[in-house]
Amino acid sequence: MSNSALDKEFQAGCARGELRLQHCSACGHTQFYPRIICAACGNDALSWVAANGPGTVASFTKVRQAIDPKFKDLLPYVVALIDLQEGPRMMSVIIDADVDTLQIGDSVTLDFMPWGDDALRPVFKVAE
Amino acid sequence: MTANLRGATAFIGAADTTVGVVPDLNATELCVQAALAAIKDAGLEKGDIDGLITCNSMAQPIMYHAEAIAEYMQIFPRYCSSVNTGGGTTFSAVHHAASAIATGMADTIVISMGDSLRSGMTREQAAKTQSSTGHPLYEQVYGQTVPSYYALIAQAHMAEYGTTQAQYAEIAVAARAHAAGNPTAQKREPISVDDVLASRMIADPLHLLDCSLMSDGGSAVVMTSAERAQDRPHAPVYLLGVGEGHSHEHIMAARSLTTSAAVEAGQRAYAMAGANVADIDFAQLYDCFTPTVLIELEDLGFCAKGEGGDFSASGALKPGGSLPVNTHGGLLSHCHPGNPGSMFALTETIQQLRHNCGDRQLAKAETALVHAQGGIMSSHAAVILARDVQ
Ligand SMILES: [Zn+2]
Repeated sequence: MSNSALDKEFQAGCARGELRLQHCSACGHTQFYPRIICAACGNDALSWVAANGPGTVASFTKVRQAIDPKFKDLLPYVVALIDLQEGPRMMSVIIDADVDTLQIGDSVTLDFMPWGDDALRPVFKVAE
Repeated sequence: MTANLRGATAFIGAADTTVGVVPDLNATELCVQAALAAIKDAGLEKGDIDGLITCNSMAQPIMYHAEAIAEYMQIFPRYCSSVNTGGGTTFSAVHHAASAIATGMADTIVISMGDSLRSGMTREQAAKTQSSTGHPLYEQVYGQTVPSYYALIAQAHMAEYGTTQAQYAEIAVAARAHAAGNPTAQKREPISVDDVLASRMIADPLHLLDCSLMSDGGSAVVMTSAERAQDRPHAPVYLLGVGEGHSHEHIMAARSLTTSAAVEAGQRAYAMAGANVADIDFAQLYDCFTPTVLIELEDLGFCAKGEGGDFSASGALKPGGSLPVNTHGGLLSHCHPGNPGSMFALTETIQQLRHNCGDRQLAKAETALVHAQGGIMSSHAAVILARDVQ
């Protein structure tokens, strides 16, 4: 999939440590991933807002076997679905997580680091 | 307006190729071989076929797949289409075929699918192609694998309903128990819950034996109108109901991790069939990983939401159980050549409803439900089949 202007704007946010969500001024919905319309009401009155950072774990797993060589050095790692404070759910990884104690519903905080390549990506850490 | 499809069409032919490791045939050849065998099973000649539905292959993708298969066989259909909704493709194709027959687009349709994930691709290629179901920018960049996507569902069900790894394992054990009685199955050696739990962890909580096989194989059916289905070599197996539900593509955007669009697919199929769960003698449920079966049992109404674990551990799914599931061994133990996988659940259902399964024939096989899903519990299709239309 080639990157659209929206995708590039999202990636530019990540590059400076900002997780950009879209806010709809017509209905107040906040969404991820970036779309040309509001998924709730269909309006295109969307603007970027930066996620505050806190989220909760919706689900997680420890990946013990990777396919793509660029992830093999990172094994094993915890991928997770994160429910952001602003509402949207996103896929990410939880860094330094202990899978034996990690639970669905645990609080996490946003961070940025390269993951599998040089680009800064939104990742999460278990909240202190 | 909806055409009344209940009992309007029937399956008159069904055939599988050899499955498992079949290095001497490529995906196209598996698809063609299955189609020709199903046509023969129906007592027809290829010239009698005026409709063809296929799905594309991962090992040997062809841009205009159904057209290429028709050309290879030298048939010249008036209805020719490739479908793709992941593993749910199989029964979406049945839905298309029934509608095409009912509306006169074609009289006699072959649905044929084949692929060679085991011999036509490296393990890495097959895994990478299948994991491309994830969003390229917002999911795949974190290094998910297909098992890891399904593990997210499994973990959520455990947290919400107290489901255990041992209960998931029961589904693999039941599938293997069925496969043990099926000479065509790729894996036939019986396994225990302990075997599943002792197998290598792939993506917590999924062990190796919670995951389906990687196989080669082809499978095909012939469908026609109920009128034309009379006086064929085999008694017709009627399509009573079919329904689909589509809720998302990417698991990050699923409405729920623990309740799927199998709910709508089932409700639509039951409504068309004028049937309910109590009418179903056996079921074939999509089992790319054990948790999918557990959730489908709930979502298709075989047990209450949250009780899939207890139901799976009750022995109900096994040979001789109250609801035998995946009587050929399923994707877990019979074979899983990618998108064609559910075709084997369909041909098995047809053979069971013909009372043609020899030693493993079910004692009661009048009405069955078959279900498939594609993506990551994304697209669902359910079909209700029966020996008779009442
Ligand atoms: Zn809106």
